[in-house]
Amino acid sequence: MTNHWIDIKNADAILIMGSNAAEHHPISFKWVLKAKDKGAAVIHVDPKFSRTSARSTLHIPLRSGTDIPVLGGMVRYILENGLFEKDYVVEYTNAAFIVNDKYGFNDGLFAGYDADKRAYDKKLWAFETDEKGIPKKDKTLKHPRCVFNLLKKQYDRYDLDTVSKTSGVSKENLLTLYKTFGATGKPDKSGTIMYALGWTQHTVGVQNIRLAAILQLLLGNIGVAGGGINALRGEPNVQGSTDHCLLWHILPGYMAVPRATWPTLADYNKANTPVSHDPMSANWWQNKPKYLASLLKGWFGENGTKENDFGYRMLPKVEPGVDYSYLYIFDRMYNGEINGGFVFGTNPLQSAPNSNKNRAAVDQLDWLVVGELHHTETSDNWHRPGVNPNKIKTEVFLLPSAHRVEKSGSVTNSGRWIIWHDMAQKPIGQCRSMGEMIVDILNQVRSLYERENGVYPDPLKKLDWPAYYDSDDMAQRINGRFLKDTTVKGKTYKAGDQVPSFGALADDGSTVCFNWLYSGSYTKEGGNKAKRRDLNQTAMQKNIGLFPNYSWCWPVNRRILYNRASVDLKGKPLAPQKAVIKWTGKGWEGDVPDGGWPPLATGKGRYPFIMRKHGFGQIFGPGRPDGPLPEHYEPVESPLTKNPFSGQFNNPCFKKTSNEMDALAKPGDKRFPIVLTTYCVTEMWCGGGETRNTPNLLEAEPQLYVEMSHELAKEKGIQNGDPVLIESARGSAEAIAMVTVRMTPLQIEGKTVHLVGMPFCYGWTTRGVGDSTNRLTASIGDPNTGIPEYKALMVNVTKAQRLRELQA
Amino acid sequence: MPMTFLIDTSRCTACRGCQVACKEWNDLQANKTRQRGTHQNPPDLNPFNYKLVRFAEYKENGKVVWYFFPDQCRHCVSPPCKEAADSYVEGAIIKDPKTGAVIFTERTRLLKPEQVEEVISYCPYNIPRLDTGTGILAKCTMCNDRVKRNMLPMCVKTCPTGTMNFGERSKMVALAKKRLAELKKDYPNAQLQDPDDVNTIFLLTEDPKKYFQKVG
Repeated sequence: MTNHWIDIKNADAILIMGSNAAEHHPISFKWVLKAKDKGAAVIHVDPKFSRTSARSTLHIPLRSGTDIPVLGGMVRYILENGLFEKDYVVEYTNAAFIVNDKYGFNDGLFAGYDADKRAYDKKLWAFETDEKGIPKKDKTLKHPRCVFNLLKKQYDRYDLDTVSKTSGVSKENLLTLYKTFGATGKPDKSGTIMYALGWTQHTVGVQNIRLAAILQLLLGNIGVAGGGINALRGEPNVQGSTDHCLLWHILPGYMAVPRATWPTLADYNKANTPVSHDPMSANWWQNKPKYLASLLKGWFGENGTKENDFGYRMLPKVEPGVDYSYLYIFDRMYNGEINGGFVFGTNPLQSAPNSNKNRAAVDQLDWLVVGELHHTETSDNWHRPGVNPNKIKTEVFLLPSAHRVEKSGSVTNSGRWIIWHDMAQKPIGQCRSMGEMIVDILNQVRSLYERENGVYPDPLKKLDWPAYYDSDDMAQRINGRFLKDTTVKGKTYKAGDQVPSFGALADDGSTVCFNWLYSGSYTKEGGNKAKRRDLNQTAMQKNIGLFPNYSWCWPVNRRILYNRASVDLKGKPLAPQKAVIKWTGKGWEGDVPDGGWPPLATGKGRYPFIMRKHGFGQIFGPGRPDGPLPEHYEPVESPLTKNPFSGQFNNPCFKKTSNEMDALAKPGDKRFPIVLTTYCVTEMWCGGGETRNTPNLLEAEPQLYVEMSHELAKEKGIQNGDPVLIESARGSAEAIAMVTVRMTPLQIEGKTVHLVGMPFCYGWTTRGVGDSTNRLTASIGDPNTGIPEYKALMVNVTKAQRLRELQA
Repeated sequence: MPMTFLIDTSRCTACRGCQVACKEWNDLQANKTRQRGTHQNPPDLNPFNYKLVRFAEYKENGKVVWYFFPDQCRHCVSPPCKEAADSYVEGAIIKDPKTGAVIFTERTRLLKPEQVEEVISYCPYNIPRLDTGTGILAKCTMCNDRVKRNMLPMCVKTCPTGTMNFGERSKMVALAKKRLAELKKDYPNAQLQDPDDVNTIFLLTEDPKKYFQKVG
């Protein structure tokens, strides 16, 4: 979230899209309802009428995978009716930047597309710069190649008729949505967007969110109270694990993973440190070398020397162009290219797409280590229904895990608040926390190398690795320490002292820090701030519910990101009744500002979007691999045969694997005429491995179901509660029909399109509940992230003749 | 001053935190259930579910509406169940003079089958359930053990949205009236269900009949 949970109450309008917030983030509705009490409109745009819709002002059903048409239409409406916040757009976004003349967009493709590589040459999307390398701007917004006019042109095609017939949303509903949310473009109004996996899990996932960001920038809704782009992250710690590099392509603190083409630290820094020649741009990432050096010193300690680039040279480096994400890992496993592996805290044979393929892929492994609370579809794959365990070669080691409440540590919530929890009870039996497992396993491996040596043991032997796992020590290292006596802002710190903030981190090997974003969370002065529970705040902070003394928030306890955009050039709040920061003439009050510089009008300020190289909010985003502006492409599996917006049917860069088990339905495939969307359910957590083993939760949601409209049920001769079979090009699943008015058949291009929805939490290790919904989904993903398209697939539904997976 | 629940259904998201938390606090065993084409599960109140969120959905003039009703004992001001039981077994059903909680005690086991049926039939809200294993009548206890220690009932403690409220009767009645007045603007049929007779006051946005649908 750019903002945080409590801040939702400050919104004048709330758009919940790509999220079922009430069901999957129940606490969010505490704040949504507070905003609604004060008169905020709450609009839920989603294929299904859910518990979220029930408490919203308006529910708008759309065909899954058509968010870009609906939002693109809103951009058009806002521009056409002058609803955007002009000063904000001109001063704080890159709307005035001029794009070079090689840029273009034609029939669904941007300039620079190479069909063989399925990739763009992004250089063709660059901004025009002056002799100093600063982007040229036209603040009158008249230049035909300025971003503002390119945006206008891009979405001119997104008229009400085309949007309506593509998405199935009535024109009346579109207009209500556009007017209601467009009204937040006034400086003193704000609207928030709440989204989750309903936006990310598409082959246009990142572009869905880019378009939301564009809207919020046009409306001046970023950096303000009650605004923002709010990713509702999964319970309990998706935010924290992403910050600490759960994903393969980043190091802790959102720095790129080293590549083979960057053999030295100097190469890495050159390739990854942005340079701005504009003195008004803070260009915060110019500090990256300090953060990386401190991380490396944290990993390698004394063994990280200047000569070996603080250990950088010992790091494994990825091959350029090779994707190490889930889809590809399972593909390589399927091809017999992987021998073994570790699985902690996830149940991929239930929750990754195309379960049938993944389950067969794991059969190829010689060994598998699973750290889990319960037996899962992953740990027990070798004796799954339909296979002969004698024929499976995989040796499986199941490490019993401690439950969350059986260990101490921090959880980072969606609002970036780091919250410490103590151990409530000791782990039962032989269970251990994952931290203990990792530390102990690696110590064993290190001692093996000590005894037996190996080809290249240095990367492990030279680590500054602890003898045992201690969560408090880990939290201290995450914050960072000085390695030599240092004076910061007149205050002297001894070697071994905690650093006060990331401002004290250095690139010369004199500091250690596991994650620069968390620097300041555990200091000499403040102790472990994740433990703070102080509700005190100033009147100004109280007015918007900032609670700066409760826990701690990255970065530097800033609760609302990009808050310098909430004030005018003189530092005066644009919405005085819900001010986030204000300039007093001497300093800033309210939230922690994005840097302490004075307002822009003084000439000593900095542009508000300090994490961007040029300092501006990016309406035009030339960094994405699949285009600088979001464009509608049909889901890879679609009921249509033609994209109503262009000749390019799918995202030209979407990721896929191509094995014999990767069958896809053709566009408009008659065998699979029904759209399937998949989701979580309130009472179950993700793949259900934990919650299916919690009897009171299984009582509340006991078996796999498929939600469908009365109209579809009638067509198929299905009654409510009947067992049905759902089939895709890849597999089938049994489910109980939940026939409901909450699913709506949609009119798409003059034809009725039906949509069904299924949760993915039921698996065979829990008797009689059904098995993986992901046997239906496909190994296809977003070009930026590789996140699979779980939300829009094509299936058929028939009444089941006999039950195998579900118990009556 | 008795204690009172105010259940503001206009704020309910049917997350069922109350339903599950009730089971956890009261150590009630899980029922074996199956999916029957609805989220409402278990299908009805039973000896192991003192609290149940009921779901009812309609399409009215092309608009979908979905009602949620976190059902439970009303802890009546003058409980008819107690009246019925008193004539057969003294102390089978008691009313805590301090909190107003209506409590089914172990002595309900002493009620004969036809007397149990009579007690059940006296309840205007169809709340009491017989545990056929123990022979004890079961229902919401108001978490009287918690309340007497100045803690909120578990369902109220768990509720994230302000649907479940609990406190001294006068405060809850005042809150109920305030919320009713606010809701009347958007929901002309909004009403309090039998506020003078019960200590579990439901604030509904529509006719109470709409909140119940035959299930399964």
